[in-house]
Amino acid sequence: MTALGAGRTAPRGLGVRVAEHVLYAVGLPVLAVGLWAVWSTRSANRFLVGPGPLLDAFRRTWIGPAFVDDVLPSVYRLLAGLFASIVLGVAAGVLIGRFRPLRETLEPLLEFFRAIPPPVLIPVAMLLLGITDTMKVVVITSGAIWPILLNTIEGVRATDSVMLETADSYRISRWERVWLLILPAASPRIMTGVRQALSVALILMVISEMFASSAGLGYRIAYFQRNYLIAEMWSGILLLGLIGVLLAVAFGVVERRVLRWYHGMREVTRA
Amino acid sequence: MRKILLGAVGLLGFLAVWQLIPTLGLADPHDLPYATDVFGRLLQEVRDLAFWRRLRLTMTSWAIGLTLATLTAVALGTVVGLVPFLRRATHTTVEFLRPVPSVALIPLAVLMFGLQMRAALVIIVYAAFWQVFVQVIYGVADVDTVARDTARSFGLTRYERLRYVVLPTALPYLMTGLRLAAAVALILAVTAEMVIGNPGLGRMIELSRSAGDAVGLYGLVVVTGLLGVVVNVVFRFAERRSLAWHQSVLADEATR
Repeated sequence: MTALGAGRTAPRGLGVRVAEHVLYAVGLPVLAVGLWAVWSTRSANRFLVGPGPLLDAFRRTWIGPAFVDDVLPSVYRLLAGLFASIVLGVAAGVLIGRFRPLRETLEPLLEFFRAIPPPVLIPVAMLLLGITDTMKVVVITSGAIWPILLNTIEGVRATDSVMLETADSYRISRWERVWLLILPAASPRIMTGVRQALSVALILMVISEMFASSAGLGYRIAYFQRNYLIAEMWSGILLLGLIGVLLAVAFGVVERRVLRWYHGMREVTRA
Repeated sequence: MRKILLGAVGLLGFLAVWQLIPTLGLADPHDLPYATDVFGRLLQEVRDLAFWRRLRLTMTSWAIGLTLATLTAVALGTVVGLVPFLRRATHTTVEFLRPVPSVALIPLAVLMFGLQMRAALVIIVYAAFWQVFVQVIYGVADVDTVARDTARSFGLTRYERLRYVVLPTALPYLMTGLRLAAAVALILAVTAEMVIGNPGLGRMIELSRSAGDAVGLYGLVVVTGLLGVVVNVVFRFAERRSLAWHQSVLADEATR
């Protein structure tokens, strides 16, 4: 009898737990959207739109040719800039992190360049490269590279010296040492840098298009605002938010894969 | 000593390369002016009162934005971090709102507040808020359970528990958040001026660009970079000072 009872409560316990999780996850968002819907019907503020009109505008504005003309090129430039900054940042970071004289020579310069607010590079890039796609990718890269570069340098510096000396005495080739020891050892820091770079890159994507473009997400949003297309403007903000969230989620998946060994190790040492 | 020397070599080397590129004709001096011209202009600028007024305006919106963001983030972060129910209930909302790029709100801020500093403040506060908020939540939730239970059984009041148990645990997190937020707030203060056009260094950058004044433009880029360095140095120093008692700083000093 008791065994049966236990058997019956166990699945219900699981069901309750899942329901509880779902409730926690969607409870506040649902509540917020509900309040927003009620408020938007009462409020006379013409700059606020309700969830219904917003979704409608979203469908009208972004699903269709605008997706190909405005959204895809923006996302492509964003990813190209991110890719370039990861490759360049990690390569330069390994080099600078490994050679102390080089690091000490470049330190004040790096300190200065990473402190420049990246959007001020847009006018400079416009002078040097004109208003082109390359210019936007270069701007995104030149802003997003600093967190990756600096974190890589720190990560490479902190590589365990016993392991380095072991690799030396086993005559592990330079290439293998970078690939099998230094990069994995620095990877937690590199991933931290990439996470910071994501938000910088997204900001630069938007700003570079607000400044110098006749297409793209940033341009569209600014255009809607200037023409008082309020619902469309909100839908653009929503889309940018979605892109930000998607980027963060995709990065989380990649990070968990790349750093599985690291998180596993931390759990073992904690236990 | 060696470090300072090498660093100086690096800086001078960079300036020399900068000077050489237009000299050798690798770039048009209209697009990349001589380093000497740019620094010459800077020397003129710092004697001009208008320059300091713009600098003050930029730093004012930076300071107001950072303060507002920090105060709200600390208040909300402490409450949310201390109450497990709130922490779980707000998790998805926070994870959704945090990655929204604050510059996406520029059009909205312009519509609501016009081309004013208040519109810039919306952007600055939104960006800086999350940096501090997330750190405070982590920090407050990181309180050692033994320490918390001990404080309870010794009958510490709620205020005393906040002051002597929660604050010391959360302070390192808060200082990290504050340092990140200060840098982000500066970026957005300048960006907002460039895009919205409220007066300050950022607007001057945009004006120099549209006037084709490359020398002035590069000079202002250098100024914003130096400003960023100063903000970083000050906040790193404040972090070390306020955490002088903390393990991480003490260990650092010991190995020096």
